[in-house]
This record gives sequence, C-alpha cells and structure tokens, in this order.
Amino acid sequence: MSAPRGLPRGLLAGLAGIALLALVTWLLPQLVSNYLVRVVIVMCINAVLVASMGLANGFTGVFSLGHVGFVAVGAYVSGILSLSAHAKGAYLPDLPHWLAGITLGFLPSTLVAGLVCVALAFLVGAPLMRLSGYFVAVATLGFLIIVNVVLINAVDFTRGARTFTGVPLETSLPWAVGWLAVAVAVIARVVYSPVGRRYRAVREDTIAAQAIGLEVLPVRLSAFMLGAFFAGVGGSLYGHYLGSFSPAAFYLAYTFTLISMLVIGGMQSLTGALVGVVAVSVASEVLRNLERGLDLGIFTVPPLYGASQVVLGFILILVMIFRPSGIMGDRELTLGPLVKPRQEGPGREIKR
Amino acid sequence: MSEAARSQAPGSMDSAPLLETSGLTKSFRSLVALRDQAIVVRPGEIVGVIGPNGSGKSTFFNLVSGFLRPDSGSVRFDGQPIERRSAAEIVRLGIARTFQGTRLFKALSVAENVRAAAQLRHPSSMLDALVGTPRLRRAARRVDAITGELLGLVGLTGRAGVRAGDLPYGDQRRLELVRALATQPRLLMLDEPAAGMDAAETRELMDLVDRIRRRFGVAVIVVEHDMDLIMNLCERIQVLAHGQTIFEGAPAEVQAHPKVREVYLGHA
Repeated sequence: MSAPRGLPRGLLAGLAGIALLALVTWLLPQLVSNYLVRVVIVMCINAVLVASMGLANGFTGVFSLGHVGFVAVGAYVSGILSLSAHAKGAYLPDLPHWLAGITLGFLPSTLVAGLVCVALAFLVGAPLMRLSGYFVAVATLGFLIIVNVVLINAVDFTRGARTFTGVPLETSLPWAVGWLAVAVAVIARVVYSPVGRRYRAVREDTIAAQAIGLEVLPVRLSAFMLGAFFAGVGGSLYGHYLGSFSPAAFYLAYTFTLISMLVIGGMQSLTGALVGVVAVSVASEVLRNLERGLDLGIFTVPPLYGASQVVLGFILILVMIFRPSGIMGDRELTLGPLVKPRQEGPGREIKR
Repeated sequence: MSEAARSQAPGSMDSAPLLETSGLTKSFRSLVALRDQAIVVRPGEIVGVIGPNGSGKSTFFNLVSGFLRPDSGSVRFDGQPIERRSAAEIVRLGIARTFQGTRLFKALSVAENVRAAAQLRHPSSMLDALVGTPRLRRAARRVDAITGELLGLVGLTGRAGVRAGDLPYGDQRRLELVRALATQPRLLMLDEPAAGMDAAETRELMDLVDRIRRRFGVAVIVVEHDMDLIMNLCERIQVLAHGQTIFEGAPAEVQAHPKVREVYLGHA
C-alpha cells in the first residue's frame, strides 16, 4: 500500500513477468508440436477477447452480446490496413485511393483497429448503455447483426461474403502472449482501482450508485470503450493469425464460444476469464479429437461430428446449474504479480 | 473528514436557508402525489416529515434528491435551483440520501461500500489508474482514512471485510448511513430509517443521527412513519396527508394539533 515500496516492487514484478513470458514464448515451440503452439496462440487471442468482454459484462453488469461485432471490425480494419499494395490491387480493386495507398505494419494497424473500435463503442454505447439487463443484451445483439450485414454488403472494402484474404500471417506466439500480457495488465489495473470500484458500484445497484454521485452512463461507457479497444486488438490478432476470413467467422458461433468461456470461468473475475478460456479450449480440443472417432482396440467409437459443440453446451448448462457465478465467482487467483489486486486497503477481500 | 465539520450552531434561525422548496407539485397520471409543498431547512437543522402511507413523503424525498422531476415548483439548495439536476449532480452539490429498506452494494465488502462513496470527493481517472500517479495514491490514502473513521463511528471497523449483504439488518442501516455521509453532504436525507427496527434499535439510531449531526454539522431531513422517532429527534416537523401539508411546527405542537391527531394519529 505504501508508495515508496510500491513502485519499485511493481516494476520488479513487471520485469519478472516479462522475462517469464519471454522465456515461455521461446521455450514452448522447442518443447511441443506446432499444433500445440497454434492452440496456445488461439487461446491467448481468446483470452484477450474474453478478458475485455468481462470488463463490461462482468464488472459493470452490462451484458453485451455485441463484443464479437468489435472483433470483426478490428479484424477487417487491421486487415485492410496491413494488406500489401499488391494484394489490395488484386483483392480489393475498388478501395478508395486514400486507403489503397497505405500499408501499415502489424502493430500500427492493430492499434488503429483498437482505436476505431473505441470510437465505434462510443457511438453505439452512448444510446445503449442507458439500458439494463435483457434490453442491453438484445440491443447489442442487434449491433452484432448490423456489423455482419454491413461487412457482407461493403463489398468494396471487405469482398462481401467472399473470403477476405492476403492478410500477412503476423500473429506469432510472442505477439499473442505480449498482447495478452498488456490486456491483462491494463484491465487488472483499471478493475482494481477506484475506476473499477465505480464499475462494481454501478453493477450492484444503479440507484444506489447515483445516490453516491455516480452517473451510470459515463461509468458504463468507459468500460465498454476500453473493452472494445481490446476487442479490436484481438480481432486484429485473429485476422493476422488466420490470414483469410469471412464475416461468418465473427458471428453467432464465435459469440457463443466467447460467452461460454466468460460465463464458465466467472464473469466477475479477471483470472476467471482466463480460467474459462483455458478450460473451454482444452475441453473443445480434446472433444474435437474425440469426435473423429476412436479405435480402442476392443471396440471403436464411431465418429460423432458436432459432438464437441453439444458437450460444450452441456458443460455450460451444468455450470449454470451448479455454479452460476462461474468457476471463479468474483474471486481472483493471485499467483501472478500482474493480476494481484492493487492499491486496495484492508477489507477488499471478502470473508465468507 | 474533520475539516468538513462546520461550526454553525445547529438550527440557528437567522442563517440563510440550506434547502428551500416552494410550490412543489408532482402527479403520477391522475393521482396528485404532492401538491404545493414548501419547506425550509437551515444549516445544521433537523427536520421531520411525517404522514401516513401515500401522503407524499417519498415523492417529496425523491423530488429533492433528484430521482424524480417536479411537474411544477422549485427546489433550491444553497440558493441555487436544483430541480432539473440529476441525482448524481445533487449528491455532488451536497445532498446525500438513504433508502427505504436500504440499498447497499450487497456483494461488495463493507469497506468497499464506504470507499465507493468517499472517492466522490477524492476522484481519480482511468489514466491515474493505468499510470499509478501520485494523485491515485493520495486519493486512495484519503479515501481509506475517511472509510476508517466512518466505520469506527458506527462500530463496523471489525467487519470491514464482510460482504455488506451478510450484515445483520441494523448494521446494514448504519452502513448505509455512513456511506451517505462519506459523500460529505451538507444535507442528509433519511428515508424511514427506523423501519423494521425495534424500540431499542430505534433509540440507538436516533442517538447516532444526533451524534452525526453535531459532529459533521449536517442538516438532516427524516422522513418517517414512526411518530416517536420524529418527536424525540426533530426540532421541527411537517405533516403531510394526501399530498398536502396540513401542519408544520415543533413536536409538541404537532402532537397537540387536532387535525394532525385526526389525520395521522387517527384512531391510535
């Protein structure tokens, strides 16, 4: 809590964290197969998306189904920006001149994608963040649908429903891990600060929040915009991981996957979001391998395509029945220095 | 918090009004909930508003605290009109309220409830949080100090880490009271603070309200159903019935007035 000790210790912890991440990103590809490295990259991207989704959905209590809309915007914006001039000429001949002329690197195009999503979140959120409960879920679902329809019809920019391709495959393990570290550090600092306290107050009771001087709309909007930034970043990472994608990649199925990760892990906990990503990713990887069928010698399990989705749905139902606030509830794992609750006096941890 | 204490003599009649309503009228569809209400509260004064259910007490309360807009009439706080301000703005100007039956942030700890309110006067932005500015640390220290002091005041220091929703009812009431106080108000409005409390708890609460008033120099408006609480605590009482003010005066006068006896005490 005390200032003089706090800063160097935080710095030290940060450096240690970075060193650890560097070691992991260097070591992992030496130890495991290419396939597993790719699984880890996707897990990192999903973790960025789920953690940022939890910011609005879990901490301010605005259940948005529109997060993947921002992911789509991030993927397309950064994709258009980082496409080489040659690829632009080949795939997007009708692009306006000012866009056709520029090619940005991976990092700048990712940042621009994030900022475009922030601006979009401001426009969308200003009217929508007044709503609560089911209304906001339905309205943000409307946003997702609008994004999808616009992407399909803005043929000059996106090739419509056809595959958008030629995006450089830049999302390596260090990039994915690095962005995840940034996202977690930023979200943790915000959530466990006076700003995050405002989020929780608004989530708990909007009337009482007003009675202690909080305007509900700007509080929610700031969380929504910060979440949208990392949705855009995650979209860019995903786009530069896939290289080719279509609007269908960023729609209802992906929304369901991310929401089940968030809900299973625990919406009101940052580490819960990460736990949810790992749990669901591992489960679906295992199930995906199983659904191709198994030959156990004595008897064979026939292929059951689609079984992984069914099982995932069941897991979600079971979690909702037996642990409605997710695996972590509102608690945090405090192993890593980056996710430790910050600058909270005694009484932050809740005794039960 | 101590610098917030003010030295005005409680209820001195020569000081300028802190709160002044006039012609306050509000209807819900065809029902007139409050008609032409007027009240003056001076700094440090403690005023009661009583009346049977449906008399317009809560409407009055919500109009002043900004949760409702009046159809007509004005609410002036410290000389400026506030009837069009939002509830949050009104808190910032210095009017804090509690709720009938409490509205705590139930899943947050006791201390977090108070901190959330105390940080209104010691704000920090998202940038402060990201960078970890000196301002953030200074604000956190002030907020923690205020929280510690206020929890001590109501004897909740030992339960700072308990989930607010798990507190016994009386403690929830006290917590809500200090949460309102943490916004450093000049006017504290209590909505039926004794509802659901027994006689001993009610007496304890009255003592607390009186202590708070003297220590922090806040004016208090108590909206109550419970006649006894109002009689012992308040310097002046306004009686409402069917949305209209039927009498205003000192507690003894109120008790003696035949119309009040008829409308409010009725057949007690």
